[in-house]
Amino acid sequence: MRVFVSRDMASVALGADDVARAFADAGCDVVRTGSRGLFSIEPLVEVETDDGRIGFGPVGPGDVAAVLDGTHATRLGKVEELAFFAGQQRFTFARCGVIDPLSLEDYAALHGWQGLAAARAQAPQAVVDTVKASGLRGRGGAGFPTGIKWQTVLDAPAGDKFIVCNADEGDSGTFADRMLMEGDPYCLIEGMAIAAHAVGAGHGYIYIRSEYPFAIYTMRLAIERSAHLVAPFTLEVREGAGAYVCGEETALLDSIEGKRGQVRAKPPLPALKGLFGQPTVINNVLSLAAVPFILAEGADAYAAVGFGRSRGTMPVQLAGNVRHGGLYEIGFGITLGELVNDVGGGTASGRPVRAVQVGGPLGAYFPPSMFHLPFDYEAFAQAGGLIGHAGITVFDDSVDMAHMARFAMEFCAAESCGKCTPCRIGSTRGVEIMDRIMAQRAPSAAAQPDPGLLPSQEHGSLAKALYSRAPSRIDTSLDAQTSLLRDLCDTMKYGSLCALGGFTPYPVLSALDHFPEDFGARAPIKEAAE
Amino acid sequence: MSFSRETDHGTPAAIATGKSVTLTIDGQSVTLPEGTSIMRAASLTGGSIPKLCATDSMDSFGSCRLCLVEVEGRNGYPASCTTPVAEGMVVRTQTERLKQLRRGVMELYISDHPLDCLTCGANGDCELQDQAGAVGLRDVRYGYDGATNMGQAKDQSNPYFDFDPSKCIVCSRCVRACEEVQGTFALTIEGMGFDSKVSPSQGEDFLGSECVSCGACVQACPTASLIEKSVVEVGTPDRAIVTTCAYCGVGCTFRAEMRGEELVRMVPWKDGKANRGHSCVKGRFAWGYAQHQDRILNPMIRASVSEPWREVSWEEAIAHTASEFRRIQGKYGTRSIGGITSSRCTNEETFLVQKLIRQGFGNNNVDTCARVCHSPTGYGLSQTFGTSAGTQDFDSVMQADVILVIGANPTDGHPVFASRMKKRLRQGAKLIVMDPRRTDLVKSPHVEAEHHLPLRPGTNVAMLTAMAHVIVTEKLYDEAFIRERCDWDEFTDWADFVSEAVRSPEAIEPLTGVKADEVRAAARLYATGGNGAIYYGLGVTEHSQGSSTVMAIANLAMATGNVGREGVGVNPLRGQNNVQGACDMGSFPHEFSGYRHVSDTATRALFEQAWGVSLDAEPGLRIPNMLDAATDGTFKGLFVQGEDILQSDPNTHHVAAGLAAMECVVVQDLFLNETANYAHIFLPGSTFLEKDGTFTNAERRIQRVRQVMAPLNGYADWEIVQLVANAMGLDWTYDHPAQIMDEIAALTPTFAGVHYDRLEAEGSLQWPANDAAPDGTPTMHIDGFVRGKGKFVVTDYVPTDEKTGPRFPLLLTTGRILSHYNVGAQTRRTANTAWHPEDRLEIHPSDADNRGLKDGDWVTLRSRAGETTLRALVTERVAPGVVYTTFHHPETQANVITTDYSDWATNCPEYKVTAVQVMASNGPSDWQRDYADQARTSRRIAPLEAAE
Repeated sequence: MRVFVSRDMASVALGADDVARAFADAGCDVVRTGSRGLFSIEPLVEVETDDGRIGFGPVGPGDVAAVLDGTHATRLGKVEELAFFAGQQRFTFARCGVIDPLSLEDYAALHGWQGLAAARAQAPQAVVDTVKASGLRGRGGAGFPTGIKWQTVLDAPAGDKFIVCNADEGDSGTFADRMLMEGDPYCLIEGMAIAAHAVGAGHGYIYIRSEYPFAIYTMRLAIERSAHLVAPFTLEVREGAGAYVCGEETALLDSIEGKRGQVRAKPPLPALKGLFGQPTVINNVLSLAAVPFILAEGADAYAAVGFGRSRGTMPVQLAGNVRHGGLYEIGFGITLGELVNDVGGGTASGRPVRAVQVGGPLGAYFPPSMFHLPFDYEAFAQAGGLIGHAGITVFDDSVDMAHMARFAMEFCAAESCGKCTPCRIGSTRGVEIMDRIMAQRAPSAAAQPDPGLLPSQEHGSLAKALYSRAPSRIDTSLDAQTSLLRDLCDTMKYGSLCALGGFTPYPVLSALDHFPEDFGARAPIKEAAE
Repeated sequence: MSFSRETDHGTPAAIATGKSVTLTIDGQSVTLPEGTSIMRAASLTGGSIPKLCATDSMDSFGSCRLCLVEVEGRNGYPASCTTPVAEGMVVRTQTERLKQLRRGVMELYISDHPLDCLTCGANGDCELQDQAGAVGLRDVRYGYDGATNMGQAKDQSNPYFDFDPSKCIVCSRCVRACEEVQGTFALTIEGMGFDSKVSPSQGEDFLGSECVSCGACVQACPTASLIEKSVVEVGTPDRAIVTTCAYCGVGCTFRAEMRGEELVRMVPWKDGKANRGHSCVKGRFAWGYAQHQDRILNPMIRASVSEPWREVSWEEAIAHTASEFRRIQGKYGTRSIGGITSSRCTNEETFLVQKLIRQGFGNNNVDTCARVCHSPTGYGLSQTFGTSAGTQDFDSVMQADVILVIGANPTDGHPVFASRMKKRLRQGAKLIVMDPRRTDLVKSPHVEAEHHLPLRPGTNVAMLTAMAHVIVTEKLYDEAFIRERCDWDEFTDWADFVSEAVRSPEAIEPLTGVKADEVRAAARLYATGGNGAIYYGLGVTEHSQGSSTVMAIANLAMATGNVGREGVGVNPLRGQNNVQGACDMGSFPHEFSGYRHVSDTATRALFEQAWGVSLDAEPGLRIPNMLDAATDGTFKGLFVQGEDILQSDPNTHHVAAGLAAMECVVVQDLFLNETANYAHIFLPGSTFLEKDGTFTNAERRIQRVRQVMAPLNGYADWEIVQLVANAMGLDWTYDHPAQIMDEIAALTPTFAGVHYDRLEAEGSLQWPANDAAPDGTPTMHIDGFVRGKGKFVVTDYVPTDEKTGPRFPLLLTTGRILSHYNVGAQTRRTANTAWHPEDRLEIHPSDADNRGLKDGDWVTLRSRAGETTLRALVTERVAPGVVYTTFHHPETQANVITTDYSDWATNCPEYKVTAVQVMASNGPSDWQRDYADQARTSRRIAPLEAAE
């Protein structure tokens, strides 16, 4: 009997390897796939039947017999018919969780390489035009139109051009890049090969964070196996070294060049002077992986879905305190509330949702009062937030938003490359301000943070910052410190060199604006989102 | 000149594209070259945008975030340093909003900076201080109780500057200067975020790191984090005088920054056309010898070298000098005396010394230390091209595509030029190194030679001819160029010669030890890789075939059409600061200034008319001939200005014997040098800081030397020569070196346009500067060779007579090291000894093993000329069979070992090839012991009786 078990890192973390072994021991033909993307049903086992693949999950290693005879209590029926999946529009993740990620036959059988074939039948300019027409925007967070970026590289005169895939997926609560690389690596390779054809590049790099060993392994194997299909385009994987800031595109380029990962000033744009000083397409995994669909099915098919200027689909990642965490690919325009409550099913703890953070650690916090927001680059920007890489982290009512604001500053301090002053010094000062605020607010203002969450004192100067000596000679009143926090956020937002320092004010100010009571304010602040 | 900081436009000038854009800055419409940054645009139009990480000596970086501006139609606040101007752009640099942002950034800076301005070494000369004022910061609301980087230990390991991490603002200017300007990559930022720190190498101190102490980081530092120890000790300068460095032939110009009469520091001058604002450890820091206690400030005489010196008045010393020279001439004849001009003194001084000899001594017995370094350059380039000088300016290297370095080690010998060259190599130019040693250029951070040809010392001509063989037989030569510029028949004769199979790379491989494939590949690259530029040093000239090698180089350049434009050429890297000038000024026994032969009647008539005497038409004696004649008893008196022939010239025993045979040796120098051990009269000299004049560097650039302090010895060197001349009956009345230059210009066609007022106005001039070339000549031979048709000279390889054998199985080659200069008289009297306290013998591990030697062991180095003892440095920089040392330290006296073989055409000594043996040693050689005793005796100075 043929069964399908995910080998995705998240599934493995939930015990999928043990489950797969148990089925193999029972004589089953076990196909390891990527993950379907709903973690509340992992480890998921799908049994091939005449009616199609019947899912069971979660399943343990002791459940083999019950699954095989169809009696197991977690029988789900056809997985794609579950509400979580039926509502999705899987353009990019169509194969993820379905196929053996490294099987060239599986990939080809499900429309694989059709986009590349279509692209190679066209002139580079036509390919770029198709991508422009699709409305695809950078899925890494900035939302810059991918086709326009490609046009710049196509137009740049140069001997060598490069395609660089940013797979340094560092945002907390995001995992779409990893899932795709582990679950459908050829899709990314095909997207990069299309990009190479479109701009005239000969070589590509996939920069993957070192915390993704499965993805690195899978991509390397996939590159090797598909080399003949994408030739003369060649590809290689470069492994990151643990710095969040290397997800910033120019720091990533420096890192590939073998330098210290430090942000470069722009201009020059990487499209004109990127890797090794050459014109470079640098795109996120999700941008590149969306391209095979666009070329195979046409720009219109992609652009037909979406909202406003946000066209196509977004693989939204639900994480944190949420009942149904996972990946949900859907056209833009679905509201935040639908995603959190309908798709995600509210909090895992069962307590009321108090806040969600959208777009990773640099994204804004939104209260339920803003759940009407449609998932759309412009709508979120207008509301003082960002979509980012479409990670949504859910918090229940036990969250201390002052603590979360402090965490944002602390995160920035820990990950700052140290190049620009607002980020390098400002983030540490931000932690210190938050310490003063938190020390002064009424003890009942918010739930106390778990002391275990506080960082230990063994963190060098950062720890000094966290446990700074009692302030003297400065106005330490709540009002003064809150006002200083706002000024600091202003300096960081408008003065920083890159998005790390520039976006850290989003979580800080959104927490302050939407949850002033956690900052010791006696009355709600009037002008919330200035 | 009063003290003012040089204007800093924040970012370098845009790379010229010919296009310009018009924009509006603060309401003012301006048109500027495309690619100019907004910051530079604002500065050029009289504005000033706050900045800390930007400086116009390096690329913009965009880290300090003080320079934010508003651009209409653009979101946010772009950094003006990294944003180029654009057509129609409307920029505002001073608004309330920008003030607020800039204050916000500055408030963060100051929240992590010690506020000890009043006691800080940079107080009043600190960009952070200035900018805090400029943005109007009045309060630091973060307090001073948070995390800080203050209180970290200072790194005071470098003898010349301190690093105080507490005052660092992490602008990376030092790191970038080390990379972009110097090209050493010794510095980095360690750690991340708030913990980011400047770190030499990998967490070492500066002295122990890769740092070469060029000073670029110190110059770049906007605070007191990197600061000269001299500024900490003396205080910030209050005036500055631009002058020219007295070390190597690069000719860096510096601002001598003074506080009152005290020299505080030497800072490379941004407008200096030779150094473009860069420096090395010697020029930047090693000037302390000028005030060293060893300096002799009073004239001294003695009857014999066994007596102690007796201090006398200037009057007595000068009168005694004149009467001794006249006495000797009376007894032994007019030609029994002569003199040596100094390549370290000014053009004017050199001119006066040769004038003293020709006019006053009445003979042509004048020579100069170029005899022992670049005389083959003068001869070889004059024969082939028609001019005894390099063809390019230093800027030319930035247009080169293939750089061929032969027998030169620029990173040690000509470090500031090497930094330019490395910059060009990082931009993608290809490098070929022809050198027996694996010099730093062969492989160092971000520089790697495409081809290294580690040839056996003494086989240069065979190697260059083999390259010519490849170029000719593979038809890679530039026929159009040759037909137009050279004599075609001479070319075909030469082509036939080099094409013979015996001159192929394969045939000479056993001689040179270099793989034929590598030679072929290098030849092809040079011939076909675009602009090919050759730079060479003493590894070319100091051979028995030095002149042939220079001509072989010239042949290669002509055959490939690599002469007569920017980016190409044949470029000797001259050793001493004014060796080019000394040669230009008529220091050779056969030539007047401007390389005109003494036998030329018209030229002689010109000088005879000007000087009112009849001049000898016979060339005089070269240095080795003077010494030979002295031991033969026919040459009895010598005037040596600013050169230490005993230490620098080959075969020290022979030099000593020659000097000892003379009746009157007059040494004019700063110190009691080794030659002075054999002197009867000592005239104290003045340093370059104490006089006016000009130096001419390796690119024929004439630059002013300006007095920054009064001569400690009472007179500038040119004044002393004038005193001697007048005591000998001449009637010289120079009040200022400008008058001497006027005389040079009047008598020397290539210098006809050189006058002090023009040098003041233009900074420098490259000769020829005359009516035909009113603005001087950066690149020579543009429209044709100076001699008419370029001449191909057949260069047959003749092996040197100096051969290895059972007694002397190794080949010694000599050279220099970064921290020391020439005989070390200056640098040994500075803290540069921290890097190189002694000469060491580099020996390959296999040769060391065979002799049971370990790194640091004392070894005896012996040749047929003599022996000495020094410590071994076991290294793979030298090939097996080759050993190497420097000659900076008199204790070692490396020239005891070198022989009196010399170049067939010019007598330039064969320093680079000596057959030697190396063995373990248990103490100094007999020579070293005897010499030490002799030197001790000879340096005694009798106590002054009268003055007590």
